[in-house]
Amino acid sequence: MRIGIITFPGSLDDVDAARAVRLAGGEPVALWHADHDLKDVDAVVLPGGFSYGDYLRAGAIAARSPLMADVVTAARQGLPVLGICNGFQVLCEAGLLPGALTRNSHLHFRNRDQVLRVERADTSWTADYAQGQRIVIPVKNGEGRYVAAPADLDRLEAENRVVFRYVDGNPNGSLRDIAGVTSENGRVVGLMPHPEHAVEGLTGPSTDGLGFFTSVLKAAVAA
Amino acid sequence: MPRVVVDVVLKPEISDPQGQAVLGALGRLGHDGVRSVRQGKHFVLDVEGTPDEAELKQIAETLLANPVIEDVELHLPRD
Repeated sequence: MRIGIITFPGSLDDVDAARAVRLAGGEPVALWHADHDLKDVDAVVLPGGFSYGDYLRAGAIAARSPLMADVVTAARQGLPVLGICNGFQVLCEAGLLPGALTRNSHLHFRNRDQVLRVERADTSWTADYAQGQRIVIPVKNGEGRYVAAPADLDRLEAENRVVFRYVDGNPNGSLRDIAGVTSENGRVVGLMPHPEHAVEGLTGPSTDGLGFFTSVLKAAVAA
Repeated sequence: MPRVVVDVVLKPEISDPQGQAVLGALGRLGHDGVRSVRQGKHFVLDVEGTPDEAELKQIAETLLANPVIEDVELHLPRD
């Protein structure tokens, strides 16, 4: 199963994402933001980092890169897409996910192991979790405060599109403790915390992040 | 060359922690009369030929500002 990982100028976690895919049993495929080539992958990961130096707004310029036009088209046809941290910001800027990520309410960069509650265990990226399960994965961001208009937040909740919530402390002031959301069809998921940093006991606080990458292997087979 | 200015500020309902930090600093400096600070972005575009308002509006609303969280004001040159 081929999982594409996009590298933008300023991406940092593309290598860790590729490693997580490999540990889960998939084949990571390097994708370059400036190409119009998805290389026939079965799913795509947008990794964390600081694409284009966060100029203009975090993720704003990356969202307008050539490859993202192909990602948007493919995602609307059902390609599973995961955006992690900066990748989540890119997906919001590209219009694939609702809302926006703004400066942390306390203005500090926050880097710690974070407890999340899985609110949806039926998306392409969360099928290997149980609804209500608590997982621990690292969070590291300066602009991770999830915001949207109150009416849009109500609609998201009504449509059951919040995938993860922060528990035991909200690290960035995200509204309604939202850590991650999904598209209407449950195939595009974005979150600020980093599952790719929690896939091995040696380097992460847990191996709780591996489930993202094993889940999508099944979703890709099902599609 | 005609100069077009675009101002972008966070929508009133979106909290602005940077503006609040500036307000806090002003208070510590004794400027008690300032009641609120909202921080934004100011873009200056030099445009060839006669500015096309529709095109500039599109630039402002789809790239320079994120309409989910920001309001945008377009200032065309007066002549």
